[in-house]
Amino acid sequence: MSDTTQSGPVLSADGTPLKRSLARALRMQKVRALMLIAPLLIFILLTFILPIADMLFRSVENRIVSDTLSETVVTLRDWDSVNGEAPEEAVYESLYYDLFVAAEAKEHTKLGTRLNYEQTGISSLFRSSGRKLDDIGEDHVKAMEKAGGGALKDEALWFEIITGGASGAGNTALLEAQRTKMAQLTGEDFSADIGFVPGAEFSDLFPRTAMAYTDFALFTAVLDEDVVAEEDPWETVFVAFAQEVQVPGGAEKLAAYTGPGAAELTAAAEALADLEPVSFKASFLDLDEDWGDVGNWRTIQTYSPTYTSGYFLNSIDMQKGVDGAEARPENQQIYITLFKRTMFMSLVITGSCIVLGYPVAWILANLPTRSANLLMILVLLPFWTSLLVRTSAWKVMLQQQGVINDVLVWLGLVADDARLVMINNQFGTIVAMTHILLPFMILPMYSVMQTINPTYLRAAKSLGATNWTAFWRVYFPQSVPGIGAGSILVFILSIGYYITPEIVGGTKGVFISNRIAYHISSSLNWGLAAALGTILLAVVLLLYWAYDKIVGIDNVKLG
Amino acid sequence: MALTPVQNQTPAFTASVSACAGALFGLFVGTAQGSGLLGLLIGAVLLGAMGFVFTGLIAQAKPVRWATVVVFALVGLVVGGLPALVLGALFGLFAGWFIFWLATSSYRKHLVPYLTPGQVLWHYGFRVICGAIFVFLITPILVVMPLSFNAEDFFTFTPEMLRFDPAGYSLKHYRDFLTNEGWQQALWNSLRIAPMATILSVGFGTLAAIGLSQPHVPFRRAIMAVLISPMIVPLIISAAGMYFFYSRIGLQGTYLGVVLAHAALGIPFVIITVTATLVGFDHSLTRAAANMGAGPITTFFRVQMPLILPGVISGGLFAFITSFDEVVVVLFVGSAGQKTLPWQMFIGLREQISPTILAVATILVGISICLLTTVELLRRRSERLRGMSPS
Repeated sequence: MSDTTQSGPVLSADGTPLKRSLARALRMQKVRALMLIAPLLIFILLTFILPIADMLFRSVENRIVSDTLSETVVTLRDWDSVNGEAPEEAVYESLYYDLFVAAEAKEHTKLGTRLNYEQTGISSLFRSSGRKLDDIGEDHVKAMEKAGGGALKDEALWFEIITGGASGAGNTALLEAQRTKMAQLTGEDFSADIGFVPGAEFSDLFPRTAMAYTDFALFTAVLDEDVVAEEDPWETVFVAFAQEVQVPGGAEKLAAYTGPGAAELTAAAEALADLEPVSFKASFLDLDEDWGDVGNWRTIQTYSPTYTSGYFLNSIDMQKGVDGAEARPENQQIYITLFKRTMFMSLVITGSCIVLGYPVAWILANLPTRSANLLMILVLLPFWTSLLVRTSAWKVMLQQQGVINDVLVWLGLVADDARLVMINNQFGTIVAMTHILLPFMILPMYSVMQTINPTYLRAAKSLGATNWTAFWRVYFPQSVPGIGAGSILVFILSIGYYITPEIVGGTKGVFISNRIAYHISSSLNWGLAAALGTILLAVVLLLYWAYDKIVGIDNVKLG
Repeated sequence: MALTPVQNQTPAFTASVSACAGALFGLFVGTAQGSGLLGLLIGAVLLGAMGFVFTGLIAQAKPVRWATVVVFALVGLVVGGLPALVLGALFGLFAGWFIFWLATSSYRKHLVPYLTPGQVLWHYGFRVICGAIFVFLITPILVVMPLSFNAEDFFTFTPEMLRFDPAGYSLKHYRDFLTNEGWQQALWNSLRIAPMATILSVGFGTLAAIGLSQPHVPFRRAIMAVLISPMIVPLIISAAGMYFFYSRIGLQGTYLGVVLAHAALGIPFVIITVTATLVGFDHSLTRAAANMGAGPITTFFRVQMPLILPGVISGGLFAFITSFDEVVVVLFVGSAGQKTLPWQMFIGLREQISPTILAVATILVGISICLLTTVELLRRRSERLRGMSPS
């Protein structure tokens, strides 16, 4: 009688409580199911979700300005863009050193292209200035090279000066900082040992010169794969030294310097005595007077941060102005129109698919099985036929010398010299896409209508409803889920269509996706393409979510 | 089987309805020949008279219909040669059938007795509307086929073709497709990419579908949404994302990159078809197998796999056609070395218009007919296997 008095938990055969045992079995089942799904999930994440995430990231990413002009961005931060005056000397100074390195690495044209999306003309400004940058401080460089019998033309001497000789302490902090900067600029790996460390003494006295030489050393050793001590330093090194020695207090610093090459450097400093200190601002304005243009500087300053909303503003026809977002000039506004047109045409296509698909779905659902299956082939054949086949078929049908026009002319409905223009406009896109997407409307409608019991309709009629009332009050409400499912599917598919509008749409019948493709492959404005794509994706995902709520993803049927 | 007892119609009714049909045809033919009104009158009178006479000849329906076909065909031949003969014969066939259909009230036989004349008219009117929509669906595909045999380099029907002149037809576009380096390379690339992508998506997809159809799957809905998303996200966005990302990791412009991209696009189709097959799967079968001592692997290959195989194969066919048809993603992710058939067609349509495209299109339609048939047969087999009545 012990089992009737037992009050503890129910035990399974091996003695563990049944509850725990069941929970373990359930957990095992869950784990097994997840193990089966995991490979595909990882595959999809890597090949599909990650690329989409990358695109989303690209739509706000804007590293190029701060990577290329790392120092200028910092000095420009304090510039007051509103008062209408060009920045001060310090900004031009940073610009000179930044731009020189960028031009050596050939990165300045990329930056120019990027900023040109926001302010026309910047691209050519960067390009031409990059070429003529050697002109800045030319006299100073020449004077220094001549001084002391051309001692400073010796690349080995420079190497020794900057490193501070074999015994001098090294300034690794400077080296590491420049490594990071160069890596950001070029996207290459600069972590290799280059056999060069700037000397601590020299870099304390003349930081700018040491910095310029370190850039040169890294560039030569890593990118050109040459030996640093055997190459002529860049002009920036000379200019930096001239600048640092000519500022007040520069001469005293030089006098305090005792390291290698002190005599030669003193001779060079004496040779510089006749020359005015380098004025970067004046030199840049000499190169191109557009460097004095406040608009250009404002653009650089606006797009300095690492992340920007600029691409998104651009894709809704706005831009970053002096005080926040503002509308673009009238003649540059195209995207809102394009979004509206995409929406409108997708709606028209969805509408015509409903109008054409409903009767077909109805007749398929109400015919005897055998004839319905035969007619179903007529729906499924276009569904299975290559998209390009159908698009080329519509090109054949719709063009001015095409089949439809020929028939109309033959019937005398249209004069031969007044053939209808049905292609390369919105009409062509709508007709071709309605045809292409119609099966996607018919199939869900059909599967819903199959489940509607025909006796309801008869019951309604026997209770005195007219045909129309019986249809409208009894049949139609039951078929609405099918219409909803088909419409969302067709709308989602049509809103992102690319191929068909590209071929039959001309210029008036294209969608936003054609513009995205244009920005990826022709104008190379990837950020804008990503922003436009993100907006489109947001719309589609919203509809996808609605579809999931209304129909359920599992209920999608194919054929 | 007749639902409604019917009597033959009066000559007056038949004559007036067929006169209306005749007027409609006459209007078209008349406009084509210059005078719509005259055509309308002639058509109405001709078919009206025929309707009136034929009502009395119901006993000899068959010979009368043949005679009508022959007479109209001959009139066509005299008026406009070979094409008109075909049109005339078709018209004769229609007219003969239509008049007797009216005269013997066949149209009423299969409808329920309580319908009013208006409802009968709507019944047939609705079928005509549906017929027109079916024509809209299928015509573009049918039009391409004869055009691909064009002897000229045009995208239109030449007068020779309309005259059924053998000189107007040729196989030169097919020959061009089979000999042209570019097209052959494209075909080869397509055949290299699509099967690999199919294998990948079927392999991963089937496993995952089996996992998803287990009774207890955490986050089932979310996982499903992620796995179906490649079908929903616009292709241009997938293409853009893959282009950016694959060029970061060096897969852009490689065979592997295109295969991976196409496999991702094909996976939703495999998931959908295989999950659909698994819906009716009887899990006691696997338990029975385990009970008799079969391990999980034996159970899978000997019990589960044969039952879901039709779904797996049709999913594979969907994945194959997705990759074989895909152009947007390959346009961005691929490079010239991965130029596929659709890519070549796309270029052809956008730049140099060559009817070779139509020859390729016809071949592709043939392939899709084969695939469609296979999928349909598989679907029925699968339903039979699972004990559902084949529909």
